[in-house]
Amino acid sequence: MSVEIDVRGLSCPIPVVKTKKAMENNPSDTITVLLESQVSKENVLRLAENQGYASAVEQTGNEYKLILEPAKK
Amino acid sequence: MKNQKYLMIIAGLVFGGLAAYMTKLGNPGNMGICVACFYRDIAGALGFHQAAVVQYLRPEIMGLCLGAFLAAISFGDFRARGGSSPLVRFFLGMFVMIGALVFLGCPVRAVLRLAGGDLNALYGIAGVVIGAMIGIYFLKRGFNLGRANSTYPIAGYLMPLIMVVLLLFAIFQPEFIHNSETGPGSMYAPLIISLLVGLLIGALAQKTRMCFVGGWRDLSLVKDSYLFSGIAAFFVGALLVNLLIGSVNIGFEGQPVAHTNALWNFMGMVLCGLGCTLLGGCPLRQTVLAAEGDTDAGVTIFGLIVGAAVSHNFILASSPTGTGLFGPTAVIIGLIFVCAIGYFMSEQLD
Repeated sequence: MSVEIDVRGLSCPIPVVKTKKAMENNPSDTITVLLESQVSKENVLRLAENQGYASAVEQTGNEYKLILEPAKK
Repeated sequence: MKNQKYLMIIAGLVFGGLAAYMTKLGNPGNMGICVACFYRDIAGALGFHQAAVVQYLRPEIMGLCLGAFLAAISFGDFRARGGSSPLVRFFLGMFVMIGALVFLGCPVRAVLRLAGGDLNALYGIAGVVIGAMIGIYFLKRGFNLGRANSTYPIAGYLMPLIMVVLLLFAIFQPEFIHNSETGPGSMYAPLIISLLVGLLIGALAQKTRMCFVGGWRDLSLVKDSYLFSGIAAFFVGALLVNLLIGSVNIGFEGQPVAHTNALWNFMGMVLCGLGCTLLGGCPLRQTVLAAEGDTDAGVTIFGLIVGAAVSHNFILASSPTGTGLFGPTAVIIGLIFVCAIGYFMSEQLD
């Protein structure tokens, strides 16, 4: 299962809050986060690291897609 | 990520040390740097309020914004954007300033005052923390000010350009600029030093995303100490320099540009901390964001400036003798307004 959240254009710390909420509601799912600011990207990646998620980043133009995999399925 | 945290700690130490040392170079006591107070002084210098003791174009502010702008351009972080509830941000900025001027300092100066031994600051810092906690409640409930969109680069260059104009006013002193002859506004470091210190701190704050409300917020919201490490390092840096120059005076009474009303020191900063949490950052962070092309943060800065004018024109701002006549009323109105924004501008998260 995979959950996608779109936080493009939302300012800090909303992207982190929404990602955290998605993690809490779907603990065993892959979370895909769409965002467009460097700052939000770093904040969400730090959250993922703290929560034990493995992360991959895809960049298209100014936008980023973060794919966050929970440690244990 | 580790290196980033080291950079944050170094930035905090440098910022704190310089903020303390600026008092030695002429800035008011425990006010080497205060982002709110300095916008207030700028509002006075432009004649937006008539409080004769707090009128001076503080070059630190122009330096902060331009330093952050240059850093953002150099590192590719500049991105013109806007459109996330600018009017609401304007009013939030106004009330952030009103709260800060009831306490007499922004979240940066709250820490700086404590590092100078001013124990009244403990109530202010407690207020910031409680304000951030209330803000977290709204954030978790689904509060947000809506999405910003990319816009034309020239819109993003406006705030840095305005800072250049203010800097020219500070250098050439046209007749319409007001300058205090007594009081805190008459105490200042040499222009070039103030500007250079501002530039350095602005660049560091841009690179680290330092925020004196976000630090407290993230400790609780995401159990993350990155931003907080900047606040802690700032305190240590300021304390060390204050000890070296003999500027630590522990107590409640007789502190520079401060009053001893614990309740309103606290309540003013609850308003300030809550407003900043909803805005996504303290006045320092808003200045940096504006420099990076965030036009909503630019609007917030004008909210701060108008808030300062309102504070002095409507007898809201405190003075060393105590709170302004209508200060407490304004804080209560502000809390109602800011809580209403937090409550009603919320999409229900599933």
